Amino acid sequence: MSRLQKIFAQQKPILNVYCTAGFPHPESTMDVMLSLQEFGADMIELGIPYSDPLADGPVIQESNATAIKNGMSIQKLFADIKSFREKIHLPVILMGYLNPVLQYGFEKFCQDAAAIGIDGMIIPDLPDAVFEKQYAPIIKKYKLDFIFLVTPETTDERIKKLDRLSSGFLYAVSSSATTGNTNKLTGINAYLQRFNALSLHNPVLVGFGIGNKEMFMEVNKLAAGAIIGSAYIKAIRDAQNVNTATKSFLSSILG
Amino acid sequence: MTDSKQFSFPDENGYYGQFGGAYIPEMLQANIDKLQKTYQSILADNDFQKAFHTLLKDYVGRPTPLYFASRLSEKYGTNIYLKREDLCHTGAHKINNTIGQILLAERLEKKRIIAETGAGQHGVATATVCALRNRECIVFMGEKDMERQAPNVARMKMLGATIIPATSGSKTLKDATNEAIRYWINHGEDTHYIIGSVVGPHPYPAIVAQLQSIISEEIRRQLLEKTGDALPTHLIACVGGGSNAAGAFYHFLHEKKVQLIGVEAAGKGVESGESAATTFLGTTGILHGCKTLLMQTKDGQVVEPYSISAGLDYPGIGPLHAHLFTSGRAVYQQATDDEALKAAFELAKLEGIIPALESAHALAVLPKNKFKTTDKVVISLSGRGDKDLATLIDKM
Repeated sequence: MSRLQKIFAQQKPILNVYCTAGFPHPESTMDVMLSLQEFGADMIELGIPYSDPLADGPVIQESNATAIKNGMSIQKLFADIKSFREKIHLPVILMGYLNPVLQYGFEKFCQDAAAIGIDGMIIPDLPDAVFEKQYAPIIKKYKLDFIFLVTPETTDERIKKLDRLSSGFLYAVSSSATTGNTNKLTGINAYLQRFNALSLHNPVLVGFGIGNKEMFMEVNKLAAGAIIGSAYIKAIRDAQNVNTATKSFLSSILG
Repeated sequence: MTDSKQFSFPDENGYYGQFGGAYIPEMLQANIDKLQKTYQSILADNDFQKAFHTLLKDYVGRPTPLYFASRLSEKYGTNIYLKREDLCHTGAHKINNTIGQILLAERLEKKRIIAETGAGQHGVATATVCALRNRECIVFMGEKDMERQAPNVARMKMLGATIIPATSGSKTLKDATNEAIRYWINHGEDTHYIIGSVVGPHPYPAIVAQLQSIISEEIRRQLLEKTGDALPTHLIACVGGGSNAAGAFYHFLHEKKVQLIGVEAAGKGVESGESAATTFLGTTGILHGCKTLLMQTKDGQVVEPYSISAGLDYPGIGPLHAHLFTSGRAVYQQATDDEALKAAFELAKLEGIIPALESAHALAVLPKNKFKTTDKVVISLSGRGDKDLATLIDKM
């Protein structure tokens, strides 16, 4: 059983928190991860900063720009994580756009990620057809999980295909929008019920626009849990102390 | 597979050789999927073609002349023909694409149009067709470009468009494109995105190339009329994303005898760190939804380009051009800011035509190539220089 599968076997709502690596400060990554672990997150999603993050709204865009200025890169991120991965018992997944991964080398990326205990990855602009043809065997070789996104506009047939290609979980985008964009979850129940009717083999986590306890509780009724990104970035971007800011943020969601 | 097919059309997955494809997040999948499935039948439809060609003739003013530039020819000891896209309504070739895409949007039943723009030429061409066909129009433009190109901002507003400044990143064309794509993600169900060049996810490069191919269709006919032979020896066009070059090359792609020359902006020099010479400096990567050649750091961060000409100030090139470059079918040369300026002044003095700074890059490689007295050199004069007067006056 993979670390991700074990988390979902707990039968409780799963909270996956996203943070851009190297944000808000060059050496914040360890602080952020240890704090998220200490105050109750179930999974950590680390963003690899990119100059042109197309699927992201202003909050995460800005965190990407800050992290690049802070000198964050895949090389640095891997070196950082290697130095403290043993302190983190939560599953860690990486979220990044395809171009930086391609420049690093896809197989080398997977090999190095697996070697430092990364559990899985999300690459939102990697087309499923290309994944299937070129990259799925590499993911498998290094025993990583790979997670696809689906949206309310994704057809049932396509949801099934993306579920089949995914492992770990399926990432349900709350609405067709960029990250951090919605404050209400219109039609979310009907959307989530569709997944249940499709008898997918992966648990479903809901992300994009989830920013408070009420929304977290709402999606937990029908999904395995939620992913919070922009709201957490906002909570720590100007914080004096990442640890206390994370504590108060997570207690506002989980408390 | 014939050569013509290999270069003019992408394969079924949207690739020109190894370049192209649709590297998009799932949020755009439904829209792109629909475009991929329908664009060929819509573009080939008789009613569409009739409406497109009627507007090109009566509204844009096509066919644009193929003009034999005698004094320029004399200077370079050869025969130079200028394809006068600068005489199109709104002042550049951009409107060929927007006319076609507004008709496409009508058939897709989208009530709102969005576009990105750098210099403002594509923005003006989009705002124009939206006024013509009564569609809501939103144009994304880098905050920095809005300052540099104030007259075009005013034109777009007068035409009824809403201009949204792109304030992310470097606040230029690349970021305006990001913002347009993000807006499309958030409003996909009722919005069509009119991309201005042969870039973006499949099928955009194919759509824009096909709509711009009217340029080479006319060149063939006009050259045959004038010289008894439809084929030039050389065809030269500037390349930012590469839409006027794609249109000018299109019907000659399979004619091996025609030497195709794309000209990139070398800014302050290809090695200066301030240029937009993508084939020279670029490597394979993903930009704005397609695999192509782009300027990037070793970490895969997209590098901000520079050129005096806002229309060439783009860090990538269309996948068709990346394929023409790597396969050797076309050659790509570079012209600096200074060389382009010199060429602009030369054309003004010798032929009484003030070219856009983009088009001046195509003229700027004339001294760098050896031509025979019997050669027939066609240059795509993609736009007129009115919008660049402030820059040109500065250099007088």
